[in-house]
Amino acid sequence: MGDYPSRSVNATAGDLGVTPRHAQGAGYGNSPSNYNEPPLGGGGALPKKTRFSIETGFRGLSTAAGAMVLVIIVAIAVFLISKAVPALQANNASFLTELTWFPNDTEPVFGIAALAFGTVLSSIIALIVAVPIALSIALFLSHYAPRRLATPLGFVIDLLAAVPSVVFGLWGRDVFQEPVRDFSIWLNEYFGWIPLFGGEGPFGQSIMLGGLVLAIMVLPIVTSLSREVFQQTPGMNEEAALALGATRWEMIRTAVLPYGKPGVIAAVMLGLGRALGETIALALTLSIAFKINVNLIENGGNSIAANIANAFGEANETGRGALIASGLVLFVITLVVNMTARAIIYRRREFRDSAA
Amino acid sequence: MSILERQVPGVVMTPDNIRSRKLPVVTNVLVAVAAFAVAAVVVLGTGIGNWVLAVVVGAVLYLVGLYFAAGRVEGRRAAKNRTMQALIYSACVLAILPLASVVWTLVSKGIERLDANFFSTSMNNIGARDPLGGAYHAIIGTLEQVGIATLMAVPLGVLGAIYLVEYGRGKFAGTVRFFVDVMTGIPSIVAGLFILSFWVLIVSPWFNDGQPRFSGFAASLALAVLMLPTIVRSTEEMLRLVPGPLREGSYALGVPQWKTILKVVLPTALPGIVTGVMLAVARAAGETAPVLLVAGGAAAINFDPFGGNQQSLSLFVYQQAGDASRYAPARAWTAALTLVALVLILTIAAKLLARRNKLSR
Amino acid sequence: MAKRIEASNVSSYYGSFKAIDSVSMTVEPKTITALIGPSGCGKSTFLRSINRMHEVLPGARIEGRLTIDDQNIYDPDVDVTAVRRMIGMVFQRPNPFPTMSIYENAVAGLKLNGVKKKSLLDEAAEKSLRSANLWDEVKDRLDRPGAGLSGGQQQRLCIARTIAVEPQVVLMDEPCSALDPISTLAIEDLMFKLKDRFTIIIVTHNMQQAARVSDKTGFFSIDKTGDPGRLIEYDDTQKIFSNPSQRKTEDYITGRFG
Repeated sequence: MGDYPSRSVNATAGDLGVTPRHAQGAGYGNSPSNYNEPPLGGGGALPKKTRFSIETGFRGLSTAAGAMVLVIIVAIAVFLISKAVPALQANNASFLTELTWFPNDTEPVFGIAALAFGTVLSSIIALIVAVPIALSIALFLSHYAPRRLATPLGFVIDLLAAVPSVVFGLWGRDVFQEPVRDFSIWLNEYFGWIPLFGGEGPFGQSIMLGGLVLAIMVLPIVTSLSREVFQQTPGMNEEAALALGATRWEMIRTAVLPYGKPGVIAAVMLGLGRALGETIALALTLSIAFKINVNLIENGGNSIAANIANAFGEANETGRGALIASGLVLFVITLVVNMTARAIIYRRREFRDSAA
Repeated sequence: MSILERQVPGVVMTPDNIRSRKLPVVTNVLVAVAAFAVAAVVVLGTGIGNWVLAVVVGAVLYLVGLYFAAGRVEGRRAAKNRTMQALIYSACVLAILPLASVVWTLVSKGIERLDANFFSTSMNNIGARDPLGGAYHAIIGTLEQVGIATLMAVPLGVLGAIYLVEYGRGKFAGTVRFFVDVMTGIPSIVAGLFILSFWVLIVSPWFNDGQPRFSGFAASLALAVLMLPTIVRSTEEMLRLVPGPLREGSYALGVPQWKTILKVVLPTALPGIVTGVMLAVARAAGETAPVLLVAGGAAAINFDPFGGNQQSLSLFVYQQAGDASRYAPARAWTAALTLVALVLILTIAAKLLARRNKLSR
Repeated sequence: MAKRIEASNVSSYYGSFKAIDSVSMTVEPKTITALIGPSGCGKSTFLRSINRMHEVLPGARIEGRLTIDDQNIYDPDVDVTAVRRMIGMVFQRPNPFPTMSIYENAVAGLKLNGVKKKSLLDEAAEKSLRSANLWDEVKDRLDRPGAGLSGGQQQRLCIARTIAVEPQVVLMDEPCSALDPISTLAIEDLMFKLKDRFTIIIVTHNMQQAARVSDKTGFFSIDKTGDPGRLIEYDDTQKIFSNPSQRKTEDYITGRFG
């Protein structure tokens, strides 16, 4: 397939090559610290000194701005911990194993177990549903659709990725809930013997609704990231597969999917990070329950982020601390997921650059 | 005798026979009709489901039938190719349905309260039985919060990107770049909690007689935390696209590096940077959770971003969605439509700008 | 094994742009045919038309008749994948699959065609790598990535990958242009060896190479940019390089072109 976008990748690679060259020129040309001997041309020392100060000032300013990112990440951890610790000390139960959430009582009892379970379960449902579909659409856009269709469609997907989560939440609650309830009742009738679909009802505002809404939300993100990855497959590898007599699907399996695998994994991880941290869509679609339950279709379910949004209004000081503690757990989980995803991408980038 | 011919006779075509039979379109249609007919009869006849299930079962039967029909006529490889293509196409259709439903609901429910009153009043003194009430205060809040957040995040983000591209070398720059990427994935609620514990609970009492105080500015801080990594990343990419010879030309004239960056590099990359900023702004405008945690929401108009509770559009949607009044859902949908319009206009403008920029390069 | 290829009045298009105009030539089995000519004259396009790789690009199409042993490969009921397996192709830049080992690269085509038996794959891998003069260099590291080889080795790996499916014709699109002189010589040696089994058509910018390796040479040219490329002269290599019948050919090979 002659996918032209892949050419632009080479173009960027070329540009990357340009930067070090310029940087070298900059270092030799301008950094006054390199001039240990007096210049032969008799260049005055005075202008050099002024230049020196502005240059270092600007350099320092931009370095500080860059370091700000690290400062913020550390600050997030520090401040969350500082507010969480008093609440955790006041807790009368084990934070990690307790299911219920009564931090506002005089004898506060709260734990993350049910919340963390709901967070992970809803995200897993979202990924199981969204990833195959997202990869299909990405392949459709990169290798099946004619360019005239793929470009506007890709544009629409990018736009959907920008739609605020509160809109998806509202839609899930007002529109999507009904078909999901019907589907749940049907599942319960015919597959009620499976614990996942058992229960007495009521159905509808369930972890399944939340998971499906999350799936619809992460779909555009995973699609647009993996589409980019698929488009980067070197055209010459695709041609090599075709020239060996591969069908289009075989070409995709031989050249596109193996090449895109790390990128797709990273895209899925980023989607997972998004799903784990999603707040409002779940706050609107789940009906709050504090228990660990594998039943997907009965009303209930909860997540760390949704619980923060729901419980924040009535929280007293310990309650706030408890919510911040749960937010800290969420922070750590998403940090791990994101760092893993980025590490994969970085390793792949190095691999690609060294191969080029 | 070649290995291929020894191993898979029949599949391999001899040189004298490069012809293959193709599955006739008629057969394809017949398989489809048969699949859906069987599905309809079985599902509706036995009453185990409605037409939706019939369609789903029909689609599955069609895919299976297609695989076997094509397998008989064209061979296994071609059949697999055909089936995978059908699967990919049906996944697209499947995904379009809910997304189209979102758009349709948004428009059809959103225009109900799309009137002048909605954009000129707040929710002050609007009780559960009042059909009116609007989002004026929320729009003010969104504009102020996002505006202040942009003012804070853009200089910081652009400077950070300049560091990464122009000055950053070695391990520290690598670490910064890595954590910028990681930071893009921080959930918005965590950013909200961070500003809550840092600004609202610790700093704001200094200015408010020891009492913690919500404010629009706190929301701006949280949004700035969310915007920063996006802006750094997009600006960094744009700066890297500035051709090296352009900089070298400037250095060769004896212009110092900081001046080159400000006078040559930044202006060249400006359209791209603006695009990135607009995308970040669009993203921030849609955030609900941090505003809920640190601005608190309000029913009345509050122009002062430092003076107490403030509303925002996304938070307005969320609160109206949870409101018991029977007029609340209409307000929620209209506010959602307004919010989406705002976000999409920003996004589309940014993408068009990016496209034009690419063309001129 | 080797087959005769006949092109009659073949014209190729990219959308509305006509890249080559009415090319006719006959390539005899077990010969090496070189296609030479200035850049943009359509020789690569013609080469890609022979195994229907031309149509992979969006908007590309072809007119005329291209037959392999009297069967038109552009007939509507012809299986493209079968054509491409019978007419293998080696590309300008070495393009082993980056995610596969040397061994997997060598047998990639066979695996695609449904060969699963390990012993057969092993046999085929060794045979094709030996045919590509690569076996001795890689036999101890078959499980290493193919992308880790040198450029010349990678190109020979690509040739091994191509001949492993035992095509009748091998097309080479400037196979040495990205390689150093020593690797180029290795590939040229290989071509002589493969001539016993395959019909080979090679596009090259290097006239010495065309003169060294080919039996027959076709010279393509264009009048000016935007015009379609034409086959100016097609004859025995010796005649083309010593006594061409066309003035344009003579200008080109003596360096007086353009």
